[in-house]
Amino acid sequence: MEAARIAGGGAEKAATAAPAIRFDGVRVAFLMEGGAFTAVERADLDVADGEFVAIVGPTGCGKSTLLNAAAGLLAPSAGKVEIFGSRLGQLNRQAGYLFQTESLFPWKTAIENVAIGLEIAGVSRAKARIQAREWLRRVGLAAFADRYPHMLSGGQRKRVGLAQVLIRDPKILLMDEPFGPLDAQTRQIMGNLLLDLWSADRKAVLFVTHDLEEAIALSDRVVIMSAGPAARIIGDWRVELPRPRDTAEVRLDDTFHRLHREIWHALKDEVMKGYAQAGGVA
Amino acid sequence: MNRGTLLLLQLLVAFVVLVLWHLLTTIPVSGGKPLVPPFFFSTPLDVIARIYKWFSEGTIWRHLWITLTEATLAFIIGSIAGVLVGFWFARQPRVAAVFDPYVKMSNALPRIVLAPIFTLWFGLGILSKVALGVTLVFFIVFFNVYQGVKEVSPTILANARMLGMSEQQLMRHVYWPSALSWMFSSLHTSVGFAVVGAVVGEYLGSAAGLGYLILQAESTFDIAGVFAGMFVLSVFVIVIDILVTVVERRLLVWRPVSAETQK
Repeated sequence: MEAARIAGGGAEKAATAAPAIRFDGVRVAFLMEGGAFTAVERADLDVADGEFVAIVGPTGCGKSTLLNAAAGLLAPSAGKVEIFGSRLGQLNRQAGYLFQTESLFPWKTAIENVAIGLEIAGVSRAKARIQAREWLRRVGLAAFADRYPHMLSGGQRKRVGLAQVLIRDPKILLMDEPFGPLDAQTRQIMGNLLLDLWSADRKAVLFVTHDLEEAIALSDRVVIMSAGPAARIIGDWRVELPRPRDTAEVRLDDTFHRLHREIWHALKDEVMKGYAQAGGVA
Repeated sequence: MNRGTLLLLQLLVAFVVLVLWHLLTTIPVSGGKPLVPPFFFSTPLDVIARIYKWFSEGTIWRHLWITLTEATLAFIIGSIAGVLVGFWFARQPRVAAVFDPYVKMSNALPRIVLAPIFTLWFGLGILSKVALGVTLVFFIVFFNVYQGVKEVSPTILANARMLGMSEQQLMRHVYWPSALSWMFSSLHTSVGFAVVGAVVGEYLGSAAGLGYLILQAESTFDIAGVFAGMFVLSVFVIVIDILVTVVERRLLVWRPVSAETQK
């Protein structure tokens, strides 16, 4: 596994500026009945500003835990999280978070959901609405501004969620299997939309997924985690695919295939371990 | 079954019941007496005549107004108290834990036994009925609001925090709408209980209202009056229920329509 890491060789980083996110010996444990449960044993990872990093790992490996630590929703038991060089002690104010499960306010319309981030920051309602309308247009939902979340499809709700997060212009984007519940076609469309929006100003992105193909198609670097509990980072690959990419077409590229084979080789064992530990059968 | 047929069948049920009632209480069988004594069961025509008399003479309006006032006040006061206390308990788990046994105890108490006390405290006027209604409405609203605040989805809460909401903004944009939606979902029950409180209170001692009307008729063996009072009361409750449904539709537009109301 160490070999895989070196072979992937992704550790070179922008030497000058502080990384957008730095996990420094981060360990996360939860107190449970019958003792502590260690979700993440040790994570050391840098995400440079403007870099799109995907974390891939088997189910229950603590990917989301790591993301929550970067968001400040969870305090690490040991080690530290640094955001642009300063230690994160509370909620990460520079990050936008796109959740896996439903996170829109069901009692607000699409446009109200998008505008809320600005309104609570003190922007006047009228101004916030104008910007929210613009963001809804960018995610292709201009005609759905006055719909409530339950009147939208799963993919449309994700678009609203994306607009809701991006309107605040966060420096860092944290995404927890955001397209997980969507069907395959919608996922690809959402992937392209995400890359499209991201390429405009290149925020640092930490993207958690269990889908290796999605990870390679979207990101600059793919990081692999071992099966939990006590998960670790076991591999780090740089994705040398040219941008702009089309998430569907890029899957036909030879580099894509080679990378996929390499990473899957390392990931496969962990996935099997994950199944074994979950007590299930593959 | 289309709407027309359904309505026709529904009317048919009422018609059959009324005709049977009429026949049983008026047609003499062997011995010259009807099968069912009209003294105890009255007759449909008498009841209809009584209702007509109430409305044509206008005496009923005062009673309806009194009952409506009592129920409305009970609903408003009970709801406000329920929302405030529900919110407070949900946000202060320690307070909730301390008061928990007493809340359970007071809710377990059949509220009707409080009526005599309220009559002593607040007199025979509308206040004692309002108090009884409040004790009923309060607990329904309280439990729903408490639940509503407690059961806000953790993801929505985390999202709100990540979007930068302060404690106060969380209150306004997350907890409050969630609690209100729970309260409105129990609107039918709490409005119903407000009316029950008013009528039962009147029934146990009062000088006006629908409950008073029924009690008066009953104590003079005026069975037609009792049935007429019951009928007016049911229509009154149905009308209020329809109004509540209209209000509910407006306030909860953001909610998915449940399968049964969908055509």
